[in-house]
Amino acid sequence: MPSDLDYRSPSTVDHALALMSEAPGGAFLLGGTDLLPQMRTGRRAPSVLVDLKRIAELREIRETADGGLSIGAAVPLADVETHPLVRARYALLAECVSTVGAWPLRQRATLAGNICNASPAADTAVALLAFDAVVGAVSSEGRRTLPMSRFFTGPGRTALRPGELVTDVVLPATSRGFAGSYLRLSRRKGMDLATVGVLVGRSDGELPPRYRIALAAVAPTPIRAVAAEELLEARGPKAAAEAAELAMDACAPITDLRGSAEYRREMVGVLVRRGVAMLERKARP
Amino acid sequence: MRKTITLEVNGASETAEVEVGTTLLRLLRDGLDLTGTKEGCNEGECGSCMVLLDGRPVNACLVLAVEADGARVTTVEGLSRDGLLHPLQRAFLAHAAVQCGFCTPGMIVSAVALLRDDPDPSEDAVRRALSGNLCRCTGYRQIVDAVRAAAAALRAGEGAPEPPRRAETRPTALPVREEVPA
Ligand SMILES: Cc1cc2nc3c(=O)[nH]c(=O)nc-3n(C[C@H](O)[C@H](O)[C@H](O)COP(=O)(O)OP(=O)(O)OC[C@H]3O[C@@H](n4cnc5c(N)ncnc54)[C@H](O)[C@@H]3O)c2cc1C
Ligand code: FES
Ligand code: FES
Repeated sequence: MPSDLDYRSPSTVDHALALMSEAPGGAFLLGGTDLLPQMRTGRRAPSVLVDLKRIAELREIRETADGGLSIGAAVPLADVETHPLVRARYALLAECVSTVGAWPLRQRATLAGNICNASPAADTAVALLAFDAVVGAVSSEGRRTLPMSRFFTGPGRTALRPGELVTDVVLPATSRGFAGSYLRLSRRKGMDLATVGVLVGRSDGELPPRYRIALAAVAPTPIRAVAAEELLEARGPKAAAEAAELAMDACAPITDLRGSAEYRREMVGVLVRRGVAMLERKARP
Repeated sequence: MRKTITLEVNGASETAEVEVGTTLLRLLRDGLDLTGTKEGCNEGECGSCMVLLDGRPVNACLVLAVEADGARVTTVEGLSRDGLLHPLQRAFLAHAAVQCGFCTPGMIVSAVALLRDDPDPSEDAVRRALSGNLCRCTGYRQIVDAVRAAAAALRAGEGAPEPPRRAETRPTALPVREEVPA
């Protein structure tokens, strides 16, 4: 890493924004589990690292006034997956989080870092998309919120403006209590990115139920398969095979060392059918 | 750019001047001569660089030394006291869970964090806690056995040098420390 690299660790968001506007070549730092490896290979070469982990406001998980849950940008994933309210209300998010890397990696890695890095294989993103999460952001132009559905703009690209800081990710109250599973194929159980990830969720205690299908590692960004969801909402689990076809149509996979495009597309179909079948089995014990 | 940092390593206060790009791993090994912490992949994959940072198990190759300013660090060297090995270290020896030994410090540090939070872990829980530690000699069976044996020894009151606790969580009850025959 270059010898003129600077490091700052402000204790307020305002100071972090000011530091970033003084040094436009800077990068925000959370767990560093994406950023540091990228700097080592030369893919990123920031002039200053603005570490956000000492900002108290970013370190908390708290309920919002309307019953949602705000997860601060600097909360480690390990604390997200073990948080009682996350486990009780958004169990599918806890499940997705628990697939990221391994336990020690998740002591550093964060939700905000996972989505800001914008990998097509970001495991937490499928749950955040499924739950219609909202990203809180702040820049010199003020605070705003961005829906997850418009957050990713391409591989490694987001709708954030240069120098804009993610403060938290908010899960709305209306997304509490989804049942389901995150079915993830990888070459080994720990420490490997998903080859294919498929979340299948269904709202509990509503008639008719809402369905959620979100996909990782099969398109330029993590995506929702909305047409497949709507079909299941209209026709129920007996339409699983057709919904699987619609999910396969929604993806645009590539071939890489983890798997071919054909394999990935095929697996999306298999995993959507399996996910719907698992919901049925869970519902009738 | 160079920065001066102060941190607590295995109970002793250390002040060091480091380049911003220097990892905690390099500081421990090159700066403080604590070579028990190993460098395997240097990219977060293998777990041989595991240390406790404010009580949490972390990959020291993915932490900059400047990020550890003001923190408490425990390395494998910090587990034994007065020549008395930690029960986990003894169990690794007793169960032949050490082959070439390169992964061993990382495995043991991860296991210390596990047993602090879960004194009676299932085999599954052990495997999950060690999922970030690779052993190229592939002695996983013996490693899992050793961790569960150490857990049993600790529960039975075998003396453990006090493992450092995580700052934010309420400490879990630990067995009382007793004298252990050498
Ligand atoms: C061994 C290994 C295994 C991994 N396995 C997985 C896996 O299975 N699944 C998976 O999804 N990922 C995996 N990852 C990737 C990574 O761990 C995750 O993406 C993690 O959540 C990133 O979070 P972080 O806090 O470390 O981010 P950082 O590296 O700190 O930051 C990531 C990016 O976001 C920017 N940024 C940070 N904070 C903010 C902010 N507040 N506002 C705006 N921008 C910001 C940074 O500048 C950087 O570009 C793995 C990484 C490693 C090293
Ligand atoms: S050297 Fe740090 S994880 Fe391999
Ligand atoms: S004992 Fe050789 S790597 Fe584990």
